[in-house]
Formats: sequence, C-alpha cells, structure tokens
Amino acid sequence: MSDIPTPNALPRPEAELAELKRIWRQPPGWRALSEVNNGLIGPLFIATALLFFLLAGLLGLVIRAQLAFPGLTLVNPDTYNQVFTMHGTVMMFLFAVPAVEAVAIALLPSMLGARELPFPRLGAYAFLIYLIGGLLFYASIFFGIAPDGGWFMYPPLTSKAYSPGINTDMYLLGIGFIEISAIAGAIELIVGILRCRAPGMTLGRMPIYAWGILVFAAMVIFAFPAVIIASTLLELERAFDWPFFLPERGGDPMLWQHLFWFFGHPEVYVIFLPAAAMVSMIVPAMAQARLVAHSMVVTALVGTGFLSFGLWVHHMYTTGIPPLSLSFFAAAGFAVSIPSGLQVFAWIATFASAGKRIRFTTPALFILGFLFIFTLGGLTGVMVSVTPFDWQAHDTYFIVAHLHYVLIGGMVFPLFSALYYWAPALGSQLSERLGKTAFWLLFLGTNLTFFPMHISGFMGMPRRIYTFPSGFGLELWNLLSSIGAAMFAAGALVLLVDVVKNFRIGGQEGQENTWNAGTMEWLDSPEYGLRSIPLVRDRYPLWHDPDLKRQVEAGGHFLPFAATGRREALIGSPAEATPQYIAFVAGPGWGHVVAAVGTAGFFLALTGPFLIPAAVFFLIALAGFIGWVWHGTDFGPVGPERVDIGGGIVLPTHATGPVTTSWWAMVCTMLVSGTSYACLIGSYLFLWLVNGDAMWPPAGQGLPALGWGVTALALYGGAALSLVVASATLHDGRGWTHRLALLAGLGLLTAGMLADGWALWQGPIWPTLHAYGASAWGLFVWQVAHVLIALLMGSYTLARSLAGKLGGQRRLTLDNTRLFWLYTVAQGAVGIVLLHGFPRLLP
Amino acid sequence: MSETPGRCRAALSLGGACLLLAACSGVQTPLDPMGDHAARIAVLTWVLFIGGTAIFVLVMGLLVFALIAPARVRQAFGNRRFVVGGGIIFPTVTLIALLVYSLGVSRAVVLPTSDNPLRIEVIGRQYWWEVRYPDAGEGAVTANELRLPVGREVELLLSSGDVIHSLWIPNLHGKMDMIPGRVNRQRIRADRPGVMRGQCTEFCGVQHTLMAFYAVAQEPAEFDAWLALQRAPIPPPATPEQARGMQVFGEAGCGACHTVRGTEWQAKLGPDLSRIGSRLSLAAGALENHRGTLAGWVAGAQDIKPGNAMPAFGRSIPGDDLLAVAAWMESLR
Repeated sequence: MSDIPTPNALPRPEAELAELKRIWRQPPGWRALSEVNNGLIGPLFIATALLFFLLAGLLGLVIRAQLAFPGLTLVNPDTYNQVFTMHGTVMMFLFAVPAVEAVAIALLPSMLGARELPFPRLGAYAFLIYLIGGLLFYASIFFGIAPDGGWFMYPPLTSKAYSPGINTDMYLLGIGFIEISAIAGAIELIVGILRCRAPGMTLGRMPIYAWGILVFAAMVIFAFPAVIIASTLLELERAFDWPFFLPERGGDPMLWQHLFWFFGHPEVYVIFLPAAAMVSMIVPAMAQARLVAHSMVVTALVGTGFLSFGLWVHHMYTTGIPPLSLSFFAAAGFAVSIPSGLQVFAWIATFASAGKRIRFTTPALFILGFLFIFTLGGLTGVMVSVTPFDWQAHDTYFIVAHLHYVLIGGMVFPLFSALYYWAPALGSQLSERLGKTAFWLLFLGTNLTFFPMHISGFMGMPRRIYTFPSGFGLELWNLLSSIGAAMFAAGALVLLVDVVKNFRIGGQEGQENTWNAGTMEWLDSPEYGLRSIPLVRDRYPLWHDPDLKRQVEAGGHFLPFAATGRREALIGSPAEATPQYIAFVAGPGWGHVVAAVGTAGFFLALTGPFLIPAAVFFLIALAGFIGWVWHGTDFGPVGPERVDIGGGIVLPTHATGPVTTSWWAMVCTMLVSGTSYACLIGSYLFLWLVNGDAMWPPAGQGLPALGWGVTALALYGGAALSLVVASATLHDGRGWTHRLALLAGLGLLTAGMLADGWALWQGPIWPTLHAYGASAWGLFVWQVAHVLIALLMGSYTLARSLAGKLGGQRRLTLDNTRLFWLYTVAQGAVGIVLLHGFPRLLP
Repeated sequence: MSETPGRCRAALSLGGACLLLAACSGVQTPLDPMGDHAARIAVLTWVLFIGGTAIFVLVMGLLVFALIAPARVRQAFGNRRFVVGGGIIFPTVTLIALLVYSLGVSRAVVLPTSDNPLRIEVIGRQYWWEVRYPDAGEGAVTANELRLPVGREVELLLSSGDVIHSLWIPNLHGKMDMIPGRVNRQRIRADRPGVMRGQCTEFCGVQHTLMAFYAVAQEPAEFDAWLALQRAPIPPPATPEQARGMQVFGEAGCGACHTVRGTEWQAKLGPDLSRIGSRLSLAAGALENHRGTLAGWVAGAQDIKPGNAMPAFGRSIPGDDLLAVAAWMESLR
C-alpha cells in the first residue's frame, strides 16, 4: 500500500514538530496541576479509580473477616452497616463508572486518530471533583458518619424519622455530585466519539471499543438523571419535610425504588458494556485475527443498552407487583441475556479462527478468567430473572454471589486484562511474571470467595447481616468465602506492586506495537497526540496497511502542524467522519481547578449542613466557572481563515452554529435536563395514581391559579422571543438591539418564573402537607434552578457583548445561551401545562 | 410440637450474649420444602441448577476447544454461522422453553386454591414481628412466631409499622415485602407438621440481622387448641416468686410498652407478651427461650441487640427480682 502517496508530502519540515511540542508542552513542576491533556489526566484518572477499588476492597475484607465464623464482633452492628453500604457505594460510584470513563479518556483519542477529545478541560474538571469529592466522601467512614442504609438507600429507612443523622445526607449529596462528574465525562466522550474521528473512520470502521463507550455514555445520559432526581427528592424530604416517600401524607416508598432501579439496573450494563468492548479489542489482538461477527457484536452492544432500560423491576420482584406484570420483565430479562451470550460466542469464534494457537500472556489469561467467571454469572443472571426462583433467591447470598460474578467477571477481569494489555500504550509495560501470579490469585480467590455464597444463600443466609448463627450449615461456606477473600487481596497486592514498580506515565516517542494489534492506539502518542491524523481505510488500520504507522509518525497524513498556533482537534461529521473544521481545544488553566474545589466543597459543606461555608464554596465555584469560560472559550476566528490539512482538503479554522462541538455538548446537556424533568413528571403522575383523583389535590389545597399560569406562559413566550431577536440582531455585536433584547429577555424570564410560582401559591398548594404539593413544588423548584442558570447565562452574554467579545463570527456564547434558554422556556411551559391542565382536563 | 425442641437445640456464645443458634440445618432453606408452593419452586430450582451447569460446561468446553484444537478443526468454528447458532438460535430456543415452564410455575404458586383461607396478619416492626389472627377475633395476637394448621391454605396479610421489611419462610414460599402504606398478600400452605425458621430479608436498620422468627406447622386440632389459648386471659401466678415477678413487671413500667392479656397492661409498642413462655425464641429469634435468657434479655437487651427499642433493666431491677420476672414470664404458656 505504500505506493499510494500520503496526504502530506514527506519528509516534513523540522520546525513543524518543534512547534507542536511547544504548543502541547505540559507546564513544569507544580503547575502541571493546571494541565488538561488526556495523556496526563487519563492515566491519573485510572490510578484514582484503582485506588478506590483498593479502598472499597478493604471494606469488603472487613465484611469477610466479620463473617469468617459465626458470632464474631470485630465491628459493631452500626459500623458493619456503614462498612457494607460504603463497600457497595464506593465500588459502584467511585470505582466502576469512573474507571470505565478513565480508560476511555486515556485510550480514545489515539484510537480514534484524534489529537485530543473536544473538551479536555471538562474532562479535567470531572476528574478533579471526583478525586477531591471521592476522597472526602470515603473519609466519612472514619468519623462514623458514612451512609448506613445500603447503597440502594430505601426510604422510609433513610427518611428523617428513621435516619436522623447526617449519614444519609452524606450519600445523597456526596454521591449526587459525583454523578455530575460521570455526566460531564459522558458528554465529553459522546461528542468526542461522534465528532473527533480521523478522516475515513466511518461508523462501520470505528473500533468496537468506541461503540461500547458510545453506548455507555448515552446510557449515563439517560440513566443517571433518575438517581439524581431520586436523591434530590429524598433530600428535599429530609431537609424541608416534603413527603415524597411518606405514605401517611400521600407519598410512596415505591416511588424511590422505581426511580433508583431505573438508574440502578442500566448501571450494571453501564459497567459491563465498555468492559465487553475492551474484550472485543483484546481478543482479536491475542488471536491475531479480526473479530468474528463484528456487526452483530455492535448490534448486541446497542441492543443491550436499549433493553437494559426495561429491566428495573427485576430488583422489585418481591414488592407485591402482580405476577402478570412481572412476567413481562422476566421475558425482558431473558431477552437481554441473548446479546451477552452472542458476544461470548463471537469471542470463542475469534479464538477458533486464529491462524496460530494463542499465547497465554497475562492479558489473555485475564480474558479467559473473565469468560469463565462471567459466563457463570450470566447463567445465574438468567436464573434470577425467573420470577419464582427469584422470590427465593432475592436478598440472599445467592444474589451476592451472582452480582460479584457478573461485576468482577464482567468488569474487573476485563479491566485488569486491559491494564496489562494497554499499559505499554499509556506508559511502560508491566511484568508478565507478577501479572500471572496476580491472575491466579485473583481468579482462584474470586471463585473461592463467591462460589460458596451460592450455597450459603440457598442454605437460607440473607444479605446485609452482621453475623450469622451456627448450626444452620453456614459455617463452612462462610469460612471458605473469607479464605478466598484473603487470596483475592493477595492478588490485588501483587498487582499493586507490579503497577507501582513498573508503570511510568507518558506516551513515549518510538511506541512499539507490543501485541501487534490492528488499531491506532498503538501509534506514537506523546503529549501532542498523533504526529499526523491518519487516513483510515479499514477497521484494523495497522493490519490493513503495515506502513501506516511509519507514515503517520513521520507526519505524512493530515494536519501534521498547528494551523492556528494553538491546541487543535480535527472535527468531522458524525457518521462518515468527513472533516468539517479545525477546532480550538483547551490548554492548561486554573479556572476548572478552582471550580472543582468550589463544587466539591459546596456539596460537602451542605451535608453538615454548614450553610455559610457552603455559600462561600458556591461563590468560589461560580468564580472558577466564569473565569474558565470568560478567558478560555469563544475566541472567535484566530489565525488563517482556511487551512489545507493535506490531500487537498481545505478546512475553516472557525465554525458557528449546529456544526460546532459546543452545540453538540449543549444538546447533550439538554438531554440530561430533559430526562431529569421526565423523571419528575413521572414521579408526579406516579403519586397521582397511588393517591387517586379524590386526593389530587387533597382537601384544603387547590389547583394552581389558572390566570397566573397563563400569564407565566405568555411571559415565558416573550422571554423566548427576546432571545431569538437578540440572536437575529447580533450582526457585528456592536449595536444595541441585541443588548436590549437580552435585557428584555432577562426581565421577562424572571417575571415568568415569579408568575409560575405565584400560581401555585394561589392554589393554595403547600409542599409539606401532602405528596401532591410536594411533587408540584418539586417540578417548580427544578424549573427555578434552570431559570437561575439561564439568567446567569443571559447576563454573562450581555457582559460579553459590552466587553466587545461578541460578534457575527464570535457567537458561541450567544448560541449556547439561546439553546439553554429555549430549553428552559419549553420545560417551564410543559410544567405549566401539566400542573394546570392535567387534573383539570381529566374526564 | 414434638419435633420442636429435639430438632433445634444448641446455644453458642456471641460476644457475651447468648443467642438461640439452633442446630437445625434444613429449617431455613428453599431446598427442603414443607409445602406445595416451595416444592414447585424447588423443582424449578433444580431444573435451573442442572440446566445451567450443563450449559456452563458446554460453553467452557467450546472455549477450550477453540484454544487448543488443531487449527484446521477449530477454524471451522471461527465464523458467523457458529455465532448465530450458539449465540442466537440456541439461547432463543432454550429461553422460550424456560419462559413457558417458569410462567407455569409462577402461576401455580400464586393462584389461590381455597375460597376460605385462614387469614394471618403479620406486621413488620424494627426489629420484630407482630402476628394477628383476625379470624379468631380481636385478642388473638402473638409475636415473633407464626403458627399455622397443616393442610389448610393460609393467606398472609403483610404490612409494616415503620420501614420496609420482607417476610421469608423459605421452606414454604418465596419472599414478600412489607411496605408502609400497603398490604401485600401471600398464600402459603404447610403439608406436614414441623418447625421452620424465617427471617427478615429487606435491610431494615441496625438490627436487621436479629430479626428472625419461627414458623410452626401443627395438626389442625393442636392448632385450634393453641389458638383458643391465645384469646384466653393469662393464668394467675402459681407461686409466690411468680407473683413477685408480676409485681416487678408492673413496677418497672413494662406495661408501658407491652400487652399482657387479662391485665391492666394493654400497650402496643412492643411485642404482646401474653403467652411468651410458650414461644420458641426471644427477641425475634435472637435468644433461646428459658428463664435464664428471659432474665438476661430484660437485664441486657441493649448488649444483646444494640439499637432495638427495649431498654436494659440490669441497673434498675435487682437480681432476685429479675429472676422473679423471668419465672413469671416463663409461666405464661
């Protein structure tokens, strides 16, 4: 293939590389803290996730120590409940989801042939709030204020009456904001995967790992809002006595379970799908053969993502839901096992198709261990979707066994395989000898710990008990589990030693393709990313054209230089990856660091609740955000207007409107907000169904005042119109029309919100008396939060205009404000139609 | 009742406290069914275990084959046909068969078979069980023990007095949650007499662990006699020690929380103690029931089950009086 001319002529002038290096250089010393490059943040993110794996694992060891023999009292009941709650919570929220995002942030840029993902600063912010917030959250266990209601936090046990301490608030606020990190990361990944692929990498040629992460990130966008809303409602109930979950005032504890598991079940696949996608990358490299049935595996990933949203009732089989409804969910549970099974067969087929027998290297061993453990966990998964079986197995150690087989098998083993497989691509290779020792200890340890739990579960042992009685035949199985846990810990320790001893961060020049893999993460990727952006003609570019690596690293492909003298990324169309424009991407800065410290401090101060520190941290966060966007975004056109990136492709260096990545990110944000609002509407309707028409509204309360509702609608409409006018009259940014329109918009939106709330007040509707009022005010509070953000964005846009930082080409600020503004108005209108119209229009 | 003490007897020390840790393997497992519902689920369970094992062995066999078989043989499997056959057709057929079978079992274990079941109300509370027999009238109330007649269908009416609990008697049926604001119903039937153990399976707070109970299936005549006794007032104290115990009970304020039928003490905060001497356990399965454990529980409830609602009286009631109270309560049979 090397006879085909490269897009840019070789050799390249030397100054080009020096310029790239200068632009992408990491700030030296302590100022490296301000760096946002994925080459640094990615591995740090992974290391932090692994740290939380060890910290949560230690809590697991405490559990196994306490349960080694009947009647032990190493920790008291209260501490034990905190320990098992934190074990689950930290594993799920601070290890599994961040680990998946971390690996993606580290690997995807070079795998997609991108210099950088589009929003590195957002990625760095997500990492920092996770690091700071996560460590502070974990520390709560040392002060006895860690959550103690289980990671599922069912009210009314977690309501104020039965959990008066701040332990529950620690969970609701502490975890609540770490979900912001997950969502921020997901937005970065979605836009990155869809818009930052190398020319020629159509969706059909996109590596399967990117598919897995794309599905993962989309699932985060649609699943996490449910738990954010659930946490918000429970915190409103605890702090202000709004009875969403208290049956004596029209609430219902089942509402929590529906919301929580609408998040919680997809969460399992959120963790598993990216891991399965890693396996689909590693297996072909090990077998030196293309993945068999690639398109079916992609379909399986996407299909699992969709089906997983129909399974949440699996966790609620014993709540008294009628068996007919349960049978629907049982069928859905069976259906979701098919795509997982299909992938297992695709991997086996890929091994079978290998030219030579595979070598049992450490990554290969972890893959085989994964197949063993995950297949077993998958089969018990089918069992627990069988309704009558689950009535017996539910909340026993059988489930503990099942979920650990699925999560350790389905996520931890692929992650460790990935660690050994990709370590050379991110830094330096790990030891095969230590790796194999770690593998055997972890593999045998996992099975010895968790297989006996299937038996102890069927011997009648429920979950979440701090001790168990002797004489019921449970002693042997629990002792075996505890011995296995010690073995697993030894394995984790060996792995830790290997990483600390042998791993050094930093993509080097002269990267070797360690496993002779076919995908582009094995190209040289120092701090400036790829030397040039490759032209992709196959799903496995390095196998398809063995000379590609040399060409790319010599700078022969696209954009081997810095077009505008800043950090840049090549942005393409979502399906065909046709290059569209060259986008500026953020470099080092302090705004996001300040914002991260402020955000973490704000949420943790609220748990106290220490209101004055919370307010201070809020202002710090706000200052950080404003500094970040004021100095770091929307520069307008800089440098040459158009640039030839090679191969005759001439691209603009600036873009506005729907083609920009910032537009896409804003749309993703609106999807998050919209899903959250849909959860609130769902809660309102659910509580109506539970209470019946007669109690909706209950005696003594009324419907919102119609006149004020209509007024609010009109004012919201005016606010929307103002922004449309501002946008249409921006011209060169110097006139006063758009400024006056913005000003009018600010006034109208504020007035609309006040009329909206006044209508409820006039009802009268009271949030504390009954779930009717609580859910109506809940919808309104969510709207108020959006209006306040929209007002802030509008004022900021006005300030940009007055500072001369807004113009015909320099209009990202106004475009984003307009998008969010119109969303806010639409959300307000939906809320008014629901609250005023819904009970009135019922026959 | 002949099986009770013989089958379940042994006590071990737990952190200084004495727990009822009965040597009765088999009284809390779905695999030793005592009634039709559990029996059908047990058959389903074995079908799943055996089928699952077979599929697991098959898949692992294919994996080993794909790894080590001679290249020409294994490469015949390295294609889409194999993936479609093993990954789509095989599971679809198997799962449809399983779905049909399991829906049949599902239906069979929830369908009422009697128009006239014995109704029993069980109310979950932190951390004990209130049990009422509404068909037998107002007074028939007990705690932490569920007695039922052999051969008659029982409809359990399950509710909660505080947080969510879940009732599980694995030898009879699967779990059913007890949710505040709702009443869940479950039909069970014991087909032979015997003692079973049940436990709370929904995490309900600091002492979720020590929230168990015994279920006792008795011949109908025996059951009717027992039920009649539950409505009757308690017998008068038979010895001076018991009389002293009854007096101490009143002086210590126990009646502020507990009911004893036929006395002035009618409070509902704690378990009904009218026939406590006849129960198989104390403190919701936490302790074996005899005079020593009764005295120990009254004295040190917060050491045995920290965080439960029963105060410890070890400091306020002298030793002799403690034993007297225990003697009186033991006589309430």
